[in-house]
Amino acid sequence: MRDFNEEELERYSRHILLQDVGIEGQEKICAAKVLVIGAGGLGSPIAYYLAAAGVGTIGIADGDVVDVSNLQRQIIHTTAEVGAPKVESAKRKMLAINPGVTVDTYRMMLDASNILEVVAPYDFVIDGTDNFAAKFLVNDACVLAGKPFSHGGILRFTGQTMTVRPRESACYACVFDRPPPAGVVPTCASAGVLGAVAGMLGAIQAAEALKFITGAGEPLYDALLSFDARTMDFRKTRLARAPGCRVCGDAGIVSLQDYEPAACDLKPAG
Amino acid sequence: MKLIVNGDDKTFAEEKLSVAALLKLQSVEYADMVSVQLNEGFVRRPDYDATFLKEGDTVNFLYFMGGGR
Ligand SMILES: [Zn+2]
Repeated sequence: MRDFNEEELERYSRHILLQDVGIEGQEKICAAKVLVIGAGGLGSPIAYYLAAAGVGTIGIADGDVVDVSNLQRQIIHTTAEVGAPKVESAKRKMLAINPGVTVDTYRMMLDASNILEVVAPYDFVIDGTDNFAAKFLVNDACVLAGKPFSHGGILRFTGQTMTVRPRESACYACVFDRPPPAGVVPTCASAGVLGAVAGMLGAIQAAEALKFITGAGEPLYDALLSFDARTMDFRKTRLARAPGCRVCGDAGIVSLQDYEPAACDLKPAG
Repeated sequence: MKLIVNGDDKTFAEEKLSVAALLKLQSVEYADMVSVQLNEGFVRRPDYDATFLKEGDTVNFLYFMGGGR
């Protein structure tokens, strides 16, 4: 365990004051390694809050550069950084908030060939990707690697999230089985999203990571939290592992495969 | 027939109702965009037509949300 200096005791005082966190919890946060996949709408608030919280090592993976159409919701990037790699832009803000954390960047799109290697060093993984192929791949990799993770998805005014403890609580595939057929469905790129909805969901995912690290509260295991920002209705649906789950079931996957690019990447039919 | 759909008590005139028919009655625009939870388990897409609901069943339509960046 570490000795906090004066500055750190002040910086983290509002965590340390929390009975369920305290010095011990903050020590766990400072020793934790969390991987954020996607430095976008969800990844932005997640990366900000993890850095601010003092998560010792934060990995951030994204192969893209900042585009002006990102700035409506991807609040870790700025207008001056259009064209810059997202992972570099994110890292600058994270270290500006908290120079005491280590940020590891992965400027690449994760696929079946590289994702296991990237997740390996981390204690917890957060999905901030924007398409079904990537979301199922993150799920499959975390199940295979036994990494707890937070799933998140947004669409228009709505968001959903669940936290998964592989082979103990329901995984994303227990609930959604496999990606919807390509081309028939509206997703983020074709359907739009209210920027602040990304912030709402990302903040929930960051809170789940910090709960997991500190042991405070009950993560969203076996539960899907969904909300609709139009009415601000929040709903928690109880889940159970599907015994026949294609991914985490007894006859589940033993190796990774890439999924077909999802509808987000295709022009909607008609 | 009484069902609990997405947490709300609903009464349907139909005596026989498949998952596929309920999706239509509930105006689910894209059936491919939901996962159907029936009581504890899940009904997969190919079984929507042949799966019939019973009085008192709890049905949740969980929407696919693919966005994030
Ligand atoms: Zn599963």
